[in-house]
Amino acid sequence: MSEQQHIHLPQGSVEKQTTTLNLGPTHPATHGVFQNILEIDGERVMSAESTVGYIHRAFEKIAERRPYYQITPLTDRLNYCSSPINNMGWHLTVEKLLGIQTPKRVDYLRVIIMELARITDHLICNGVVGVDTGAFTGFLYLMQFRELAYEIYEEVCGSRLTTNIGRIGGFERNFTPVAFQKIEKFLAEYPKALKEFETLMTRNRIFVDRTTGVGAISAERAMNYGFTGPNLRAAGVDYDVRVAHPYSSYEDFDFTIPVGSTGDCYDRYLVRNAEMWQSLSIIRQAMDKLKGLPEDVYHADVPAYYLPEKQDVYNKMEALIYHFKIIMGESDILPGELYNAVEGANGELGFYLISDGGRSPYRLHFRRPCFIYYQAYPELVKGAMLSDAIICLSSLNLIAGELDA
Amino acid sequence: MSLTNDYIKQRLVEKFGEALTNFEESFGVLSFAAPAALNLKVMQFLYDDEELQFRFLTDLTAVHYPHQVDAELAVVYHLYNFREKVRLRFKVFVPVAAPQVFTATKLFESANWMERESYDFFGVDFVGHPNLKRILNVDEMTYFPMRKEFPLEDQSRIDKDDEMFGR
Repeated sequence: MSEQQHIHLPQGSVEKQTTTLNLGPTHPATHGVFQNILEIDGERVMSAESTVGYIHRAFEKIAERRPYYQITPLTDRLNYCSSPINNMGWHLTVEKLLGIQTPKRVDYLRVIIMELARITDHLICNGVVGVDTGAFTGFLYLMQFRELAYEIYEEVCGSRLTTNIGRIGGFERNFTPVAFQKIEKFLAEYPKALKEFETLMTRNRIFVDRTTGVGAISAERAMNYGFTGPNLRAAGVDYDVRVAHPYSSYEDFDFTIPVGSTGDCYDRYLVRNAEMWQSLSIIRQAMDKLKGLPEDVYHADVPAYYLPEKQDVYNKMEALIYHFKIIMGESDILPGELYNAVEGANGELGFYLISDGGRSPYRLHFRRPCFIYYQAYPELVKGAMLSDAIICLSSLNLIAGELDA
Repeated sequence: MSLTNDYIKQRLVEKFGEALTNFEESFGVLSFAAPAALNLKVMQFLYDDEELQFRFLTDLTAVHYPHQVDAELAVVYHLYNFREKVRLRFKVFVPVAAPQVFTATKLFESANWMERESYDFFGVDFVGHPNLKRILNVDEMTYFPMRKEFPLEDQSRIDKDDEMFGR
């Protein structure tokens, strides 16, 4: 071996040993509008600084001027991969404030829609982790079924992405037979695609090597960083709002909470996949439970908050009065202060609502799960390769709309 | 053993005496107010105590009450106990002229961005925060937009004649 060659550079020619790389705000690998300023040494990430807020739309401020029913469309735009969960979380919060009891059938219908939304959210996230590791095929297998799920939303509420599904007290209309047929179709066909996806990915040597040990976090650190949802469960903490504080009759269902152990990208992937199977089982159970219930119930009997049938508005005095009061935002709202959480697809989605009895909330704060756990990103990718940083970003399931509110 | 709100209240009163006020229970969640100087001590006590173990900061935000003189801003903490599945809320009131509150970042990493958000929108000054700057709004902003002195336009106003965007 020859002696090591020393290259003598002129004084001051190399000022910095690391490179600054702007990952985002509009980089295709960030899957959303957020920027990371990475300091890289060769291909190794030395530090990361996240900048958020590119699509901030001041929802909390806007909500202070809107009647309660007009806030639902704002929640759509938080986590737009699973907007029904946000919508229902908001309805459940207002129902809790007003003390509205929804019938069992409404609860089960909501559970069906929420679990469908959870599946669509997880399939995007896991599909995208696949895409970022170089496997585009699996993403397309699953994406077909997001289309089917969106058709179900369309059948129920008329829209697909920003759903504005349901109303305070129940659903805007009853589920059509076509909706049930499509749910049955989803239940029959999605397991095959998911199985195929798992066969393609789960024991795939390249995928396992790319994701194992990447972006790992211990349970303790995850809790300290405020992780919730699949990301926390992948680290080994079995916290799930559906079980800890059941809402919408989740206590009637039999399901398990999948947990991981290492909290790395591979465990997050496994937890999400396992959750999709659990969600399918919950939808199946809900469909069976619906059979024994009266078929014409789709909202609670709260005329002061739930819009009457259009036919009645033309023909009945009371219905006209309620219709007018609700549309003008003059319904009586009780003063109160509460925090209500639902298990969103990427974590605990909380609504902190202060009502002073006025037509709009005095203060509404959304606890947006990915805003809170995204702070851990610099710690997760420190010392990792640049390509690992990208996988880590997609496996955290960050949704820019939710991040920036 | 299940942790009841009465028991939590009793433990807190034993420890802090008269300092904690406004104990109430709404929708099953215990809430109270703490003086600004004590917020970290209260959180540390709730965190460390063997029985209480409130070790998860669920949410941190601020509220503006312009009519409360010398207590206009409230910082609201939601803490959670994973074992007993109990939630707890406490508020720290500070005057808007001197909105200094100690930062919780030493105890909870998650407080970092949530405090930056509260600073960004309400101007709460978190003393000791490692990186207290705006997070969602632009850096050049000179005001705190979520305060009540910046009302949104009233949707029911009729004095405005706007042919293009009239309502």
